[in-house]
Amino acid sequence: MMDELRELYQDVILDHGKKPRNFGGLEGYNHLAQGHNPMCGDTLVVYLKVDDDNVIQDVSFKGKGCAISVASASMMTEMLKGKPVAEAETLFQAFHDMCTQDEPNVPDGVDEDALERLQVLSGVREFPVRVKCATLAWHTMEAAVHGNEEISTE
Amino acid sequence: MTAAPEHATTAPQVDSPTGSARNTLDVERVRAEFPILHQEIYGKPLAYLDNAASSQKPRPVMDAMTEVMESYYSNVHRGVHRLSQVSTDHYEGAREKIARFINAPKTDEVIFTRGATEAINLVASSYGRAFLKPGQEVLITALEHHSNIVPWQLLRDQLGIKLRVAPVEQDGTVRPEAVTELINDNTGMVAIAHVSNALGTVLPVRQIADAAHAKGLPVLVDGCQATPHQKVDVQALGADFYAFSGHKMYGPTGIGVLWGRMDLLKQMPPYQGGGEMIYSVSFEESTFKGPPHGFEAGTPAIVEAIGLGAAADWLSAHDLDAVAAHEQRLLEYATERLSAIEGLTIWGRAENKAAIVSFTMDQAHAHDVGTIVDRAGVAIRAGHHCAQPLMERYGLSSTVRASFGIYNTEQEVDQLADALGFVRELFG
Repeated sequence: MMDELRELYQDVILDHGKKPRNFGGLEGYNHLAQGHNPMCGDTLVVYLKVDDDNVIQDVSFKGKGCAISVASASMMTEMLKGKPVAEAETLFQAFHDMCTQDEPNVPDGVDEDALERLQVLSGVREFPVRVKCATLAWHTMEAAVHGNEEISTE
Repeated sequence: MTAAPEHATTAPQVDSPTGSARNTLDVERVRAEFPILHQEIYGKPLAYLDNAASSQKPRPVMDAMTEVMESYYSNVHRGVHRLSQVSTDHYEGAREKIARFINAPKTDEVIFTRGATEAINLVASSYGRAFLKPGQEVLITALEHHSNIVPWQLLRDQLGIKLRVAPVEQDGTVRPEAVTELINDNTGMVAIAHVSNALGTVLPVRQIADAAHAKGLPVLVDGCQATPHQKVDVQALGADFYAFSGHKMYGPTGIGVLWGRMDLLKQMPPYQGGGEMIYSVSFEESTFKGPPHGFEAGTPAIVEAIGLGAAADWLSAHDLDAVAAHEQRLLEYATERLSAIEGLTIWGRAENKAAIVSFTMDQAHAHDVGTIVDRAGVAIRAGHHCAQPLMERYGLSSTVRASFGIYNTEQEVDQLADALGFVRELFG
């Protein structure tokens, strides 16, 4: 029991969960979306500042959530700064596959270092109801860059 | 058909599955009737503490349902053939069992629905549309389940009625005056929970009903969390409508009950139209049956209704005061063990409370707690418990909820408390 749970709740996750990075609103943001997990009632807001070249200049989030969803959101904000939107979406696709498939496909051009770091969240594969927690911030980010202000993991 | 003797007559009749001593509860004998409880989850014995969401089913309920399908299943109120007659007798027999179970004055006041949710929707839709006028208020409390909020909101948007919400105290208590002082000349109806599913609070239904009746107002009581845990007497409560679900009282899903006072039911228009509820149909007009069949359009959940009748009989065969006392001991023990855990807050400390412990931990989110205790074999609910406005009242998005039933034990409380110790170990 301890081993599997320690695999899910690795130190990196507990650390990001307790001390989320880039937490709070973002001055001068031009994209925002609210993500909702109806199962637990948690809500995250993701703010993005995207420049004319479609590069994410800055990103932050706020809201309430479990350790998994907060850690995932926190790590996401660290990774997306300076990335073109298209690259952020590729990373999300690769991360999503990693959370749901035993042999995930690694798409061309994905930031492999970032994907490697996200590996700590892939423990949710063994906890299917928690996949939505790990991907909520990413779904919200995707909704924000596409101009949708509200999404739900349902 | 030869009539079998109803009971063996040589030995004194033992009608209780827990033995002849009806004032005690033999939990081990109760547990023996629930095959599902005797299994391991991730290598740990299952501690099923999610009874407020749904309860497990004892063997006699399963047997009753299997017997229907193996021996006499057919549609009810339809056929001239033998099986239809036997099915109808058992289906109507289940109605009688339910009427006895809640001490309804008349069997025909018991309407089978899909569950408590449909029962409340039936009242909102039928009674509400016929008797509530634009501007009138439906008075509820702050701790209602979504099923006693949303049907009234739908009606509000259609009819222009209003929703008034009586407050709940910080400790989860609903003071009777907090509800009754909101009753005014504009109130059209009062709709309250008997027991809160999220906090366990038992509401002062009788006092509220007396005040409502003094103004001539009907009172709907959502009894989902009461019927499995205490003796319910709809007449003593002063309810005019009483709604509950089968699956929370050791019966099947897909079946529930609306009990209503006959004089009210008789004045109410049909809820849904279709077969079963009509006397005659032509393209020009149709005439409808009276209660209960006039509110049971379509082929009902026959097997489930008979299963629910069996569950009511099974529960009634126990001394329900002894069941309530057993669950109160579990509540006290769980409150004591969980209160001793650092960083743990119990939400809902009303004096009159059912065996539900809702809590949060400083160290970890409810969802994380749920995942961790699951790996220790403990099934609990983490979330908003379909009572989001109540969660908001306390500034919470979710809590962890352990809810106890007839088959739970102190060892299972220990199993939960030990697993929560592991949450602290992991999250610091």
